[in-house]
Amino acid sequence: MSAEATRAQERPVTLELAREFGLSEAEYKNALDIMGRLPTFTEMGIISVMWSEHCSYKSSKLWLKTLPTTGPQVICGPGENAGVVDIGDGDTVIFKMESHNHPSYIEPYQGAATGVGGILRDVFTMGARPIANLNALRFGSPDHPKTRHLVSGVVSGIGGYGNCVGVPTVGGETNFHAAYNGNILVNAMTVGVAKADKIFYSAAAGIGNPVVYVGSKTGRDGIHGATMASAEFTEDSEEKRPTVQVGDPFTEKLLIEACLELMETDAIVAIQDMGAAGLTSSSVEMAGKGGLGIELTLDTLPMREEAMTPYEIMLSESQERMLIILKPGREEVAKAIFDKWELDFAVIGHLTDTGNLVIKMYGETWCDMPIAPVSNAAPEYDRPWEPTPAAAPVPDSVFDGYSASLGDTLTKLFACPDLASKRWIWEQYDSLVGGDTRFMSGQADAAVVRVPGQTKAVAITTDCTPRYCLADPVQGGRQAVAEAWRNLSAVGALPLAITDNMNFGNPEKPRIMGQFVGAVQGIADACKALDFPVVSGNVSLYNETNGEAILPTPAIGGVGTLPDAMIAVDIAFKAEGDVILGIGDTANSKGGHIGQSLFLREILGREEGPPPPVDLAVERRNGDFVRGLIREGLVVSSHDVADGGLIVTIAEMALAGGIGAHLTGLDGAHLRALFGEDQARYVLAVRPDAAASVQEKAKAAGVPVTVLGETRGVSLSDRNGDIVSLKRLKDVNESWLPNYMSAEL
Amino acid sequence: MKAAIVVFPGSNRERDAVAALEAASGTKPHLVWHRDTELPKVDLIVVPGGFSYGDYLRSGAMAAHSPIMREVKARADQGVRVLGICNGFQIITEAGLLPGALMRNGGLKFVCRVQHLRVENTDSPFTAKYAKGQIVRYPVAHGDGNFWTDAETVKRLDGEGRVAFRYVADDARADPRGNPNHSVSDIAGIFNAKRTVLGLMPHPEDAVEGLHGNTDGKPMFDGLVEALS
Repeated sequence: MSAEATRAQERPVTLELAREFGLSEAEYKNALDIMGRLPTFTEMGIISVMWSEHCSYKSSKLWLKTLPTTGPQVICGPGENAGVVDIGDGDTVIFKMESHNHPSYIEPYQGAATGVGGILRDVFTMGARPIANLNALRFGSPDHPKTRHLVSGVVSGIGGYGNCVGVPTVGGETNFHAAYNGNILVNAMTVGVAKADKIFYSAAAGIGNPVVYVGSKTGRDGIHGATMASAEFTEDSEEKRPTVQVGDPFTEKLLIEACLELMETDAIVAIQDMGAAGLTSSSVEMAGKGGLGIELTLDTLPMREEAMTPYEIMLSESQERMLIILKPGREEVAKAIFDKWELDFAVIGHLTDTGNLVIKMYGETWCDMPIAPVSNAAPEYDRPWEPTPAAAPVPDSVFDGYSASLGDTLTKLFACPDLASKRWIWEQYDSLVGGDTRFMSGQADAAVVRVPGQTKAVAITTDCTPRYCLADPVQGGRQAVAEAWRNLSAVGALPLAITDNMNFGNPEKPRIMGQFVGAVQGIADACKALDFPVVSGNVSLYNETNGEAILPTPAIGGVGTLPDAMIAVDIAFKAEGDVILGIGDTANSKGGHIGQSLFLREILGREEGPPPPVDLAVERRNGDFVRGLIREGLVVSSHDVADGGLIVTIAEMALAGGIGAHLTGLDGAHLRALFGEDQARYVLAVRPDAAASVQEKAKAAGVPVTVLGETRGVSLSDRNGDIVSLKRLKDVNESWLPNYMSAEL
Repeated sequence: MKAAIVVFPGSNRERDAVAALEAASGTKPHLVWHRDTELPKVDLIVVPGGFSYGDYLRSGAMAAHSPIMREVKARADQGVRVLGICNGFQIITEAGLLPGALMRNGGLKFVCRVQHLRVENTDSPFTAKYAKGQIVRYPVAHGDGNFWTDAETVKRLDGEGRVAFRYVADDARADPRGNPNHSVSDIAGIFNAKRTVLGLMPHPEDAVEGLHGNTDGKPMFDGLVEALS
């Protein structure tokens, strides 16, 4: 390859090319103004990814600024690779959730696998050893011809990557809805731990300091991946398969160990992974944050393919690569570590005082672009938006004609895709490697993982109820945060902070932009009221195919702590004769909120009404109360009331423990009370000798408490006899997903 | 008891093994890098779980040719106890310390779950603390755990008391539902002829303390400490 051959591959820079690269006419003109000349082909490529929705957050930035991001526990909020939160004793927890939606639809195995790889790098690049992975997945209707293939590919991709790197996959959620038929969501979250005095940031410093490339070699995969993620899908989107990257978890595992080993020395000034927009965003962000320039000479950069051009190298999204600024003279120390782990290591440039990104190769300069003006000129739009109109309440007449028995209704609900056991999925994930997993998905409301070498633990959950967000984005946003906070409280953890993964449709449509604005407002309300700030996040827009948008899905990853992993409680009933208590207003007297409930959708076939309102003061009061009881050792099992309402919550606890419930405190004919999805509620099992004291404490705290019944037998029953046997519920609950996955198309 | 754990690029359960061994013996095991050619003087060598070399060629096949494995084989010949868990079982089998082969799970999917096992032979330091026929629960977490050997070898292994563990169903019966990977004759772990080498797919090191939900793996490490101290 030569300069001449490179030039032969380049195309003339025109408005047409800029459009192809995803820029608008105004953005193209702005680029010409900043450069003061016609940009080179390489510069045009670099500017276009820097200004892509994916990298610049141009539609969302204005609103994301309104989220609360601080608190005494927050060490580092949004803006770095991941958020950092103090968990005491000089320890921190570092975490983030990120989407890999577009690639996962096109190539589910590699799309999901590289999603896991990318989020792992965001966390260990800050100095943390990853201790847990979670994932929030949304698929299309089970009837859709692609769904089975996508579930299969995504799950094996997540497992294939996470299992190999040796980080346990401990939780997540999986939903199905026709709105995701053309755009599935794959949101991956990693949680790591680091010492507070050993956290690494990305701001470059020290003119002349060497810029080092480590990890895998660079190939042509993923070029313009960030641009793909910033546009709607059409029918021919599968032709974009070449823009999906390929993951190598073995190299990632070596990269984790090598980077953590290097971090034990004092050789690093700054470090960042090469994620979306690869070498472009890592070099520009590191130099930009440090107010410096950076000069790269690409001839020595490790390449996997022949005859690559500077444009291809700068835009490649090849995986498992990191960019490091070293202190002067530490190249040999660093190289020895990467040699030991058999990873590529190359000094590819140095920091300068020019403020420019300079790219040299084949003896010529291909890019000489001022970093700050281009970064600062990244567009920021106040897009027009419309609020979602309020939904009419669900009238009592919806129950007309409903005559099924309670047992049959429960059986039907437990076999529906959203409630069905996801064992088929989580048995494909190594949830135990590391030996620190106390609870994983399905066992408790939040995963609980011990901090390695200590007794204290981190609790983690991912939550969002998209059908609520569609009906009322503000309440839906509040509910997603409140449910994450509640799930952490339900295991006994003190909630600390969240990461948000905002998945929406095309922001250029005012209706969709209104969903985004509403959800941000709801999230902000809840974060403020619950002292539960946002410390990291990711935005995925344009989740639309042929004009059909996904349900608005602001997935929330919540993290909390426990002083001792063994304090945590799971959902399973443990012994017969325990007292079952409802915490929070069980709504027997007031009716119960049936709008947008799972009962309404699955049993009555209607998706309507407003979602349950979220009273954040009540949420906080009830959650603080439950957490206090757990920490006093008064609670045997604990489960928050969510999808399906009170009766479903109790049945889940019974199924988990293989012990039934005799329910004397519920009216089996009161459908709104049984299936309403009112918020801020929990079901607890307590020892009989603790029940009176718990009730007294509730009264003193002003928390409504109801005796619902006691644990007994192997069925759910009430005064009129058996409602349904656990065996029947378990059979349908466990068989839906395996049967679905093994069925013929 | 002094123990060494061999670490390959891609090993990922070495820390679990360190914790289990240290808890049982009170001594930190040595971690030995695969490129080392010498082992310290130890009573037990553990080849841990993970994905050595990414399992890219065939699970365990590349690690079996690592420099350190020559030394592991030499020590095993001298009677030093060797425990290969999961990927470690695959590696020592590929290295010829045990008969048979480990293939892709019959269900073609990775499987991670708590697994019921029956202890088949207690005449070894690995299993001395169990009762013959005892049902124990260890987690499994593997994609290539389908043990295969010909019928004659299975018969010989049984005859020589070299089957250490068999998969059973939750109700303790031998049943296809209890076999997570379609291993021949439900075999989960086997010994060498002298019962000084044990290879098994399940993870006793992840069942040694209350946090793990059960401590059925602890007697294996306690038994080793008792026999080798």
